[in-house]
Amino acid sequence: MAYSNKVLDHYNNPRNVGSMDKSDPNVGTGMVGAPECGDVMKLQVKVNPETGIIEDAKFKTFGCGSAIASSSLATEWLYGKTVDEALQIKNTDIVSELSLPPVKIHCSVLAEDAIKAAITDYKQKSALHKTESVLVS
Amino acid sequence: MKLPIYMDNHATTPMDPRVFEAMKPYFTEVFGNAASRNHSFGWQAEEAVEKSRKQIADLIGATPKEIVFTGGATESNNLALKGVAEMYAEKGNHIITAATEHKAILDTCKRLEKSGIRVTYLPVQTNGLVDLDMLRDAITDKTILVSIMYANNEIGVVQPVAEIGKIAKERGVLFHTDAVQAAGKIPVNVIKDNIDIMSITGHKLYGPKGCGALYVRRKGPRVQITAQMDGGGHERGMRSGTLNVPGIVGLGAACALCQAEMPEESRRMAFLRDKLRSKLESQLDEVYVNGTMEHHLPNNLNISFAYVEGESLLMGINDIAVSSGSACTSATLEPSYVLKALGAGDDLAHSSIRFGLGRFNTEEEVDYVAGKVIDVVRKLRELSPLYEMAKEGIDLSKVQWAAH
Repeated sequence: MAYSNKVLDHYNNPRNVGSMDKSDPNVGTGMVGAPECGDVMKLQVKVNPETGIIEDAKFKTFGCGSAIASSSLATEWLYGKTVDEALQIKNTDIVSELSLPPVKIHCSVLAEDAIKAAITDYKQKSALHKTESVLVS
Repeated sequence: MKLPIYMDNHATTPMDPRVFEAMKPYFTEVFGNAASRNHSFGWQAEEAVEKSRKQIADLIGATPKEIVFTGGATESNNLALKGVAEMYAEKGNHIITAATEHKAILDTCKRLEKSGIRVTYLPVQTNGLVDLDMLRDAITDKTILVSIMYANNEIGVVQPVAEIGKIAKERGVLFHTDAVQAAGKIPVNVIKDNIDIMSITGHKLYGPKGCGALYVRRKGPRVQITAQMDGGGHERGMRSGTLNVPGIVGLGAACALCQAEMPEESRRMAFLRDKLRSKLESQLDEVYVNGTMEHHLPNNLNISFAYVEGESLLMGINDIAVSSGSACTSATLEPSYVLKALGAGDDLAHSSIRFGLGRFNTEEEVDYVAGKVIDVVRKLRELSPLYEMAKEGIDLSKVQWAAH
């Protein structure tokens, strides 16, 4: 199968690889997929609690080149977005940006799921954190 | 050293230039139909075909009359299974095979099941080998055929063929083996190995594509097979169709070369394969060899690099031609059924690479391949959330995955 130049670029120079502290209340972590399915994506966002803007995004992916490229692209797109804007990212945007063939569409779906899981995790944690803050004060 | 490097010799082998030289005259100068009995053009073609028949027979310990030419191993396997099922229908309707067979066997069995044949698919042990007691237990008075491959095309394990043949013989059941990966690579002898029917093909032993053969035993027992194509009654009535003379010449020449060079070549293959393996194992942690190395083709290494997905690894070593058992590299989007049959878990199937060494690989190429694979595995593990979790001491088998 021939890969698009953009997939190759993300594969060869993946952006924002790494991990952030899961216990940081401003960090949301999403992990989707399963090893026996051949792909697992971990995507993390760090949100400024004052502005609601994503200030950092990191990923690690076990999966094919298209899965790596989809998650790498997702972290690029997350930078500077609000959490609500981030939820607007659709797998179809990733498909068209990376020119993914039909058999690789599930990679983009997984990336969208990873974004949603990371944001959901952040929202749950920040809600909890606020409740805790209220209780403490 | 030239790039890309070809190390996928279980898929196909390049033709040996000496084989090509032997074939050349039979396209243009000696073009006769081997079935033309009344002129020299036909006689010359027939002579070339008979020479090849002897070369093939010599390689496998058979007699020339027991060789039936076909269009390749898929046809040989189809002819063997369907031909036996049809010929011996009165004796029984049960065939025994194994879960790790090639699709040319498994899909033929699936087809036969639709026409009333009962098929037992023996599981294999974690080392990839068939359990002989299980085979014994599976044979019934309705069993007409056992078909177990000689050596596996993915994991390279060599089945205990002589024992399987002995068991079949004792129970009066015919034994077929798909010897596509074994013939020409390791000693194969139809007498010692108690084989009744055997499939081989040209393009896995440095010969041409589109030409294969089926060994059909003539004595002790005399095996009969119902032809699956109607026509001129060629090949003792078992396979009609004008003989592919250049292909047949090539197959024979390829067998003769394999026979002459096997002792030296198999030593060299094993040396290169062991070097590749020890380099990978000394530089990388958590690599797992698939299939027992005790009973193994000298040119095969199938190895899983834990926490790295196979297709992404292939992408990083794009100047090396190898194969992966990963789902992403298969047409069905399922990981290798052969590796799954070993029971090691789908994750290791996704992470597997098959290295198939061949006659034209060099030590320099092996060094290059090992170095490149090590670099890319390291890079991909830096990217892998699974590797990170494993290093943190998390037991991945206990994690609740959000499967999709």
